[in-house]
Amino acid sequence: MNRIDESPIVLIVCRVLSPFIMLFGLYIIAHGHYSPGGGFQGGAMLAAGLLIIRLALGTTLSELHFRRAWGLPAGVMGVLIFFAIGLVTMFMGGEFLNYEYFIIPGITGAMLRSMTILLVEVGVGLAVMGIIVSIYDDLMDGKGN
Amino acid sequence: MIKNFPVIIPAIYLTAALLIPLLRSRHERYAHSIALSAVFAAALVSINNIYYVINNGTIHYHFGGWTPPIGIEYVLDPLSAFVVFVINSVVFFILIHAVKVNAIELHSKEIPYYSVVMLMMLGFNGMIMTGDFFNLFVFLEISSLSVYGLMAMGDRGSAFASFRYLLLGTIGASFFLLGLGFLYMVSGSLNMSDLKEIIPLLSNSPVLIIALTLMVTGVGIKMAVFPLHGWLPDAYTLASSSTSALIAAIGTKVSAYVMIRILFFVFGVEYVTEIFPVTLVLGWLGAAGIIYGSILAIAQKEMKSMLAYSSVAQIGYITLGISMANPLGFIGAVLHIINHAFMKGALFLVAANLRIRTGHSDISRLHKVCAKKMPVTMACFTVAAISMIGLPPVAGFFSKWYLVLGAVDNRQWIFMGVILLSSLLNAVYFFRIIENVYIKSSDSDEEMKSCTLAEDEPGFSMIGPLVLFAMTLLLLGLFNVYIVNNIILLMMPPGL
Amino acid sequence: MEFFLGHYAYWFIIVLLCIGLYTIMFKRNLVKKLIGLSIFQSSIILFWVSSASKWNATVPIYDSAYSIENTANYINPLPHTLMLTAIVVGVATLGVAFALFVLVYKRFKILNEDVIIQEMKSESE
Repeated sequence: MNRIDESPIVLIVCRVLSPFIMLFGLYIIAHGHYSPGGGFQGGAMLAAGLLIIRLALGTTLSELHFRRAWGLPAGVMGVLIFFAIGLVTMFMGGEFLNYEYFIIPGITGAMLRSMTILLVEVGVGLAVMGIIVSIYDDLMDGKGN
Repeated sequence: MIKNFPVIIPAIYLTAALLIPLLRSRHERYAHSIALSAVFAAALVSINNIYYVINNGTIHYHFGGWTPPIGIEYVLDPLSAFVVFVINSVVFFILIHAVKVNAIELHSKEIPYYSVVMLMMLGFNGMIMTGDFFNLFVFLEISSLSVYGLMAMGDRGSAFASFRYLLLGTIGASFFLLGLGFLYMVSGSLNMSDLKEIIPLLSNSPVLIIALTLMVTGVGIKMAVFPLHGWLPDAYTLASSSTSALIAAIGTKVSAYVMIRILFFVFGVEYVTEIFPVTLVLGWLGAAGIIYGSILAIAQKEMKSMLAYSSVAQIGYITLGISMANPLGFIGAVLHIINHAFMKGALFLVAANLRIRTGHSDISRLHKVCAKKMPVTMACFTVAAISMIGLPPVAGFFSKWYLVLGAVDNRQWIFMGVILLSSLLNAVYFFRIIENVYIKSSDSDEEMKSCTLAEDEPGFSMIGPLVLFAMTLLLLGLFNVYIVNNIILLMMPPGL
Repeated sequence: MEFFLGHYAYWFIIVLLCIGLYTIMFKRNLVKKLIGLSIFQSSIILFWVSSASKWNATVPIYDSAYSIENTANYINPLPHTLMLTAIVVGVATLGVAFALFVLVYKRFKILNEDVIIQEMKSESE
């Protein structure tokens, strides 16, 4: 059964919605350190934006959108960002993830903590997105057409 | 640098867990090297930690610079440093053995296997060192999810056994979380040392009883205390050889450590023995588990399932030692944690060697040609079996000795009888294998021929760790007075 | 009456917990057991979140209308943040369980517990 021929409404709606869902996901990540939101939630929204294309268009066409091989490296990169920030703060003399000791040129004090939390949230969001998409791809294993 | 000691071990494991999946599939052999060097580095750091903590006292590490009870902390005191050392060194030996076994059994899945092993070690080490209960829950789930994944990489029914373990393990962790919710509602803090101050002020509260019951039940499911052990036999039998060795040697020990922390270091000895006697229930469940495990182990036809039921019995010993709530029982329980980790590791590695060389590990099909073809493996099996039965001078005798002394101290003659009787039962099922291997000649000619597969003794990487395990058991037995006096007496909970 | 109406949140949590445990224990299909597990975990998350609420308090985001000195104006944010982590743990558990289902299905061609146990017993003999 070829998914693509099934319903043009599903096809068009998913194609139109997906970039807006991903934009909203970025918005949620960016608000994490200051108001409701954050890495996990934003990452799940980003993954939803990708998964809706995989469900509507099938696995071969969604390779053009987000390749299957990018899932696991995206996850690992996200965790590495988180871990690298923690290690940098450790080497600068504080404890692991003590945001006071991180270096961003030109900012100090509470602003420094805020911005570092934002970086950590970006790492977490990337990791969550990569892992959820790679779980879906492994479960489908090429049968999603 | 010194104040960073607690974080180095999880950092090493997280780095290794992130590096291994980035390898291309041609470079599979490097996966094992990265994993092995990570465990070796962690074992060295853990030895260093024990020396530092024994000489200089407890280290508290505040994550993010926030002081507890607002922040999360890692506490490295003699008990946690000791258990960290035990699990890292046992896994080091098992991973040396695992290189050939995994090349045969799990051929193209080595990269995911070793990265999940690194995540599992991250979870276990974090669980031991943390000083905050919710952090404990998170690391408990990290390690459990890794174990479910590892167990599924096998054949026959291993995925189904892993799913049953997933159901039971998640229920256990959820009970722990529910109990923790009650504890947080009534006390307002999640930090272990903070709770130690707050709980004596709340002794009359019924909420604490519910919290303690739920937390002990949840940890008991992960630890396989007698009626909650249902996941253990299938899980250990059907997993692949080195996975069985890994999870049998360390999985339940870490949960036993968590039980010791909750009962003695947070709720306090007086609350647990007098105000709400959980220790009484745990004692009877431990004794029942010992008898049940030993009897069912005698009834098994295959070596790995026999070792699984024997593990249920040994967890019963540790539970019995915890429940005695006196110094000798505590020493017996902690010594049994380290002894059993080494003994079960050795025994499961012997089963792995048998499987690789003869294709099976059924007890009735072993015969004396196996002893001639694999002399070192069988000799190490004999040393480990003598230690499990509890004969001096090997390590197993001393932990049982302390447990019996603890039972006598409490005037619990039934428990003393149970421990002595179970040594006899252990002797029955281990001597069965020793008799088959050294004395019995086979009934059929095909069996004699099937033992002449390939080379005679497996290569160095498969017998080296076994010899190391056997020597460690002897050393632990001979030097146990040193260990008890210099390490275990320092970790006594207050009030014991 | 106060016992039922005053604590309606806890009664709801108890009902969810019992539904979850019943489904895990008594349903034969593996996917239904997993659904039961998810309901069980949701009830515990609901328990923690309900412990955070206070009378006449607002969402814990700084609002200039309510003074920040008096902490009774804002509900307790700690259980909410802890439960975010617990929800993610639940999602990860579901992911691992689905991967296990694929393996079990490839091996046994059916996801019914009784049939699988029967086949495993007949295999080991």
